[in-house]
Amino acid sequence: MSVEKVDLPLSLTVNPRLEQWLKFETDETVRVATGKVEIGQGVVTALSQIAAEELDLPLDRVVMLSGDSDEGPDERYTSSSLSIMVSGASIRLVCAEARALLVARAALRLNCSAAQLSVADGRFFVDGAASDISYWSVAPEIDWGQTATGSVAPKAPAEYRIVGQNVPRQDLPAKLAGGAYIYDRIPDDVVHARMLRQPGRDAVLRALDEAAVRHAAGGEIEIFQRGNFVAFLGADERSVEAAAAAAVAHAKWANAPDIEPGQQGAAWLRGQPSDDRQYGAEVNPDAPGEVVEARFSRPYIAHASLAPSCALAQFSGEHLTIWSHGQGMHPLRRNIAEVLELPIEAITAKHLNGPGCYGHNGADDVALDVAIIAMHKPGSCIRLQWRREEEFGFEPFGPAMLVDLRVRLDEEGRPADWTAEVWSPTHVQRPGTGSGFLLAAAALPNPPAAPVPQDPLEEAGGGGTRNATPYYDIPKTRILHHLVTAPPVRTSALRTLGALPNVFALEAMIDDLAIRAGADPLDYRLSMLSDPRARAVLKTVAKRADWSQRGKGGEGQGLGLAFARYKNTAAYAAVAVALRVDEQVHLDHIWVVADGGLVINPDGVRNQLEGGAIQGASWTLKEQVTMLGQGVTSLDWDSYPILRFSEIPEIEAEVLNQPEQPSLGVGECSVSPTAAAIGNSVAHALGHRIHDMPLSRERIMAALLN
Amino acid sequence: MAQIFEITVNGEPRQVEAEADLPLIYVLRNELGLTGTRYGCGLEQCGSCMVLIDGEPSYACARAMDSVAGRTVQTIEDLGTVADPHPLQQAFLDEQAGQCGYCLSGILISAKALLDRNPSPSRADIVAALDGHLCRCGAHSRIIRAVDRAAAMLRGEGGV
Repeated sequence: MSVEKVDLPLSLTVNPRLEQWLKFETDETVRVATGKVEIGQGVVTALSQIAAEELDLPLDRVVMLSGDSDEGPDERYTSSSLSIMVSGASIRLVCAEARALLVARAALRLNCSAAQLSVADGRFFVDGAASDISYWSVAPEIDWGQTATGSVAPKAPAEYRIVGQNVPRQDLPAKLAGGAYIYDRIPDDVVHARMLRQPGRDAVLRALDEAAVRHAAGGEIEIFQRGNFVAFLGADERSVEAAAAAAVAHAKWANAPDIEPGQQGAAWLRGQPSDDRQYGAEVNPDAPGEVVEARFSRPYIAHASLAPSCALAQFSGEHLTIWSHGQGMHPLRRNIAEVLELPIEAITAKHLNGPGCYGHNGADDVALDVAIIAMHKPGSCIRLQWRREEEFGFEPFGPAMLVDLRVRLDEEGRPADWTAEVWSPTHVQRPGTGSGFLLAAAALPNPPAAPVPQDPLEEAGGGGTRNATPYYDIPKTRILHHLVTAPPVRTSALRTLGALPNVFALEAMIDDLAIRAGADPLDYRLSMLSDPRARAVLKTVAKRADWSQRGKGGEGQGLGLAFARYKNTAAYAAVAVALRVDEQVHLDHIWVVADGGLVINPDGVRNQLEGGAIQGASWTLKEQVTMLGQGVTSLDWDSYPILRFSEIPEIEAEVLNQPEQPSLGVGECSVSPTAAAIGNSVAHALGHRIHDMPLSRERIMAALLN
Repeated sequence: MAQIFEITVNGEPRQVEAEADLPLIYVLRNELGLTGTRYGCGLEQCGSCMVLIDGEPSYACARAMDSVAGRTVQTIEDLGTVADPHPLQQAFLDEQAGQCGYCLSGILISAKALLDRNPSPSRADIVAALDGHLCRCGAHSRIIRAVDRAAAMLRGEGGV
């Protein structure tokens, strides 16, 4: 074993002991723990492949423990396409080190050298002959409390047998058989709960007509109030649901929000109070050269998980146990401990599967709601499910964004300098990040101070600035970032953060500059893209989409493409979209080509690329949160439509495997280029650029009239 | 006023005491322990709660008990199990058709109804049968392929 100093992945620095990751069980399995959770992306399966590979075990001897605040490692949130890069890298090092420790111990026991030993299915062989010892017989002799050194070299990719294979998702069989979700946990004596939500953080409850609420409930309910926190409890779920639905009209609030018309649009952001920063090069405004400008926008969008968020909690009198479908159980425990003024160790948070959305939905907030109620009723298991309108109305939304681009051209018509000016509310108000808090905290006595919004740091990929810097070879680029501090609604992380509006804008500009230069958009891109991996995904997607046969456009048929490297540091993706436009957009075909370095589970990656393309298409074509007066008015699927089965095109997703390159986060990489390729394809079909999302029927009709 | 309703659920006759206007989903999930039927919107907009009533796909979230009396109800639990999956469930596994999976109970129910009446559906037939269902993760194209694969399996084509 070499002892050279290595840079450990963050998760391994925070959780340094081997026992925080691995446990050799008496049933001859290995429990591998991760702080990352399954949100539909298949990450737990992929992490099990990494563990099995390094331990030289078949997959069925690896049992994953995910999202357990007591027994698993703290890896903060499952976000930003970092799970394979950080948790995967940690598990790989830990398992390689564990295997080396086990082999060394076995060599002592068998009085041979480590080089004479081989392992099959956890059993040791000496010079190829079976011994009577295994991982599980020597594991108790090893101190698993020791700190991981990260110094044992993992396998070379050429030796991989499990990593790189299409392994079926471990969570799907139960999901297909009607099980596996937090929603399925309904203990016999459960107390159902529903909320009356404080309409805004400053709203004060003046009156609640309790008689009217009880009448509407039908069955027996308890009304629990603490400050501006109001919940309805009872043994009968329908009664508490009816009570909560009726309570909205029977509550009188002072200081409720009053959202004005126009505040829901991105245009409103310009001129609002903001935290302003500048990144990148200085740009001389008087430099010679033609300047091209354009403004793009995206409205507020919703996470819109298929089910309203849910959580359960039980307080024993001393210890509080919470079941949640949030994206990080350790942060959830810390945040709830702070609000309830409990020691962190007095709380256990356990993850259970929930409805997906790839972002910060109501899951964390409902967990605090139910924890407050559980503290009020020691001994009872409380189950709280938000109402559908509550999820649509109070989730933290994906921010609206306004993006101004100013590009100075050189004599060949290529960008000499590039300025992206971005107006956006914050993209991350996950509780515990310093920028946000759990919703109900504001309703309790002694609410926290209003958060000072922050965005993720530039080195973490930024929020509103994410992918605002083009990946192309441009001499000078700069970003002017206006973090709008007082938007009309709470905003937080939604898949890709600001990358989608930024890539939509910059790839539109690139297409328009190509036309201006009389160049083919693909050739124009390649003329200023020196990274060979970026060139490879673009060229491959062009081939798949038969780009060379692209028509001249303007007649209702469109073919467009776009490229982005997510965060400019993660996976590369190029997307081409073929579509037709009449009074609206009809998607015919989407081709996605990505390079994510070493791929753990190719089919899992393709699933993410396909789903990302569809979610990106849905945002680009259809989605827009509406709001007025006390709050959000898009409170159901009729007023917040998403892409349907009848609108789904053929999708082909391809992964350019690079087993010798480090894994790059792939979960979000197809989303933004899909949005941009749709924008470019619509522009090709119409012969006219639409700058504002969504590319709705109204905007298409307006463009046609032009 | 609660009443006694007789319904057949997954082949078993059941007596249920409920208000006449109680939506079926509460009975299935909270009284009969059939939690595979999923609440999504309560407004018949998303399809998560789809069950078969006398063989027809029906939203359980807003379906009053008095309109179900005397009928037969089939839920996802009657399709198959993890150990013994229905060909539809097997086809979804073969295609890895799902991400978060929350929409799948309802989609499998509508797909079953489709294949019961049309053993050789076209892509357009499948899309039409599933268009009342929403999926947020974007697993649609895999789901369409999985239904097509299940149809072939049920026709005896291809290996199971």
